[in-house]
Amino acid sequence: MTSDEPGHRLAILLPYRLTPTRFSFRISPLSAAILCFCAIMAASTAWAQSGPTMLSPLQVILKWSPLLLRGFAFNILISLLAMLLGTIAGLGLGLGLLSEFRPLAAVSWLLTQFFRNAPWLVLLFFVMFLVPFQITLFKTTIPLPDWIKATVGFALPVMANVAEVVRGAVRSIPSTQWEAAESLSFTRRQTMWLIMLPQCIKRMLPPWMNVYALVAMSTVLASIVGVSEMLTLTAQVHAAEGGRPELFAPLYGFALLCFFLYCYPINLWTARLERRFRVR
Amino acid sequence: MQAIGNWFQHLYETTGLNFSVFYDAYDWDRYFAGLKMTLLLSVTTILLSLIIGGLGALAQGSPSRLVRLGVNAFVVVFRNTPPLVQIFFFYFGLGTMLPAVETAGMRVPLLSNVQWAIISLSLFAAAFNIEIFRSGIEAVPRTTLEAAEALGYTRFKAYIHIVLPLAVRVCLPALNNNLVNLLKTTTLAYAIAVPETLYAVKQIWSESQNVFEMMVVLLATYGILVGILVWLMHRWERAMRIPGYAR
Repeated sequence: MTSDEPGHRLAILLPYRLTPTRFSFRISPLSAAILCFCAIMAASTAWAQSGPTMLSPLQVILKWSPLLLRGFAFNILISLLAMLLGTIAGLGLGLGLLSEFRPLAAVSWLLTQFFRNAPWLVLLFFVMFLVPFQITLFKTTIPLPDWIKATVGFALPVMANVAEVVRGAVRSIPSTQWEAAESLSFTRRQTMWLIMLPQCIKRMLPPWMNVYALVAMSTVLASIVGVSEMLTLTAQVHAAEGGRPELFAPLYGFALLCFFLYCYPINLWTARLERRFRVR
Repeated sequence: MQAIGNWFQHLYETTGLNFSVFYDAYDWDRYFAGLKMTLLLSVTTILLSLIIGGLGALAQGSPSRLVRLGVNAFVVVFRNTPPLVQIFFFYFGLGTMLPAVETAGMRVPLLSNVQWAIISLSLFAAAFNIEIFRSGIEAVPRTTLEAAEALGYTRFKAYIHIVLPLAVRVCLPALNNNLVNLLKTTTLAYAIAVPETLYAVKQIWSESQNVFEMMVVLLATYGILVGILVWLMHRWERAMRIPGYAR
């Protein structure tokens, strides 16, 4: 009998052991990647024996991943450009919403509601079909490739959402600040630019990042109108590999994984910022 | 009805604005069928996503760690991936793996594209609904739940009769947003050739060459649909208001 057995322990205070009290679900991007890699590995073993000429789904993904990831980078580029355009336009529209000049506020409200409530895909079609493929300015012809038009198409709903973010942030500032600024004889414009907007940047950040995550996820819609981004490339890769039906799930799963790894950290960070800048 | 058709015909002849859906019976039928499909998609996905959302929020508070893990994983994955890729994954990825059934000598997939669209859109919206309901449930005072326990309610009964009705009122504004979003997301079913409004309108404009006019009709259609949904939700919100809370 060894001293390790429970019955033979001396009656002393047992060492303190940390026990997890509450389970929290949080997977780091790295462990998620490893998990998904394992899942694809496990799934691909079934095809590994099916013949030497056919590549397993994992091998197909590995073979084409440079192309697919380049497509994904293009998605990110589109989303960043759309966000930039939309934010600039949205700031203007948001200030229009807050304007004291009634007609301007009404027009801004109408624009915001229109672009916020129309489906993204419909807006994309709207821009793709109604904007010409090139414009002539002062006798120079500027070609507008598909992806630029798609970027503008995504910027429209971003503009409306950012306008609402700006309005919400300015409205969340206590009205006493407006009165204080007035008593110090700031003009309305000075109050807005020097007092309100600088304070708003911090509280606008989380909702603004939420909008960004939405845009990043929406860029795949461009595949419907023929921009060669990741989803279009995924379909092409599938066709190039002979259109085997068992390849569909791994290939689209890979696309899902890429977007997940990109958007999830953004969302986690947004949630953290939201907690930090919570308006009380 | 005839007068409207005549007026649009007249408009076409005088100004060249070709709103073919309003005077051409064939185009109208296609447009109307698309509208019906959009309504079918929205109503079924809204109801399904509410049911799944409610069950998911209940499961998120369950004592079993495995269930909580599953629900959280579902929410995290579905919130952070593009809905279009989800639809493709379900329809092409899982749809082709399911066995086909034999109907009248033809081999057809077990689930049609409409059914897959409903399933994937409901799951997508449900992931958001779970979070919305959870925030509502967390807003219900702990003491209310204790009072229910003291009255002998089981966990499930207290959830159905006390927590959920209170939570729904708290999270209605957020729910409103999500359902409007879901209505707009139904256009994605276009990508797997579900004949909904966008699909029908696209067919019409590629035959009648009236892109601009049909675009106006399309945007007006979604504007009206969203308007109706928002109006209904606001009415519901007002009807369910708890006296003494807010405003």
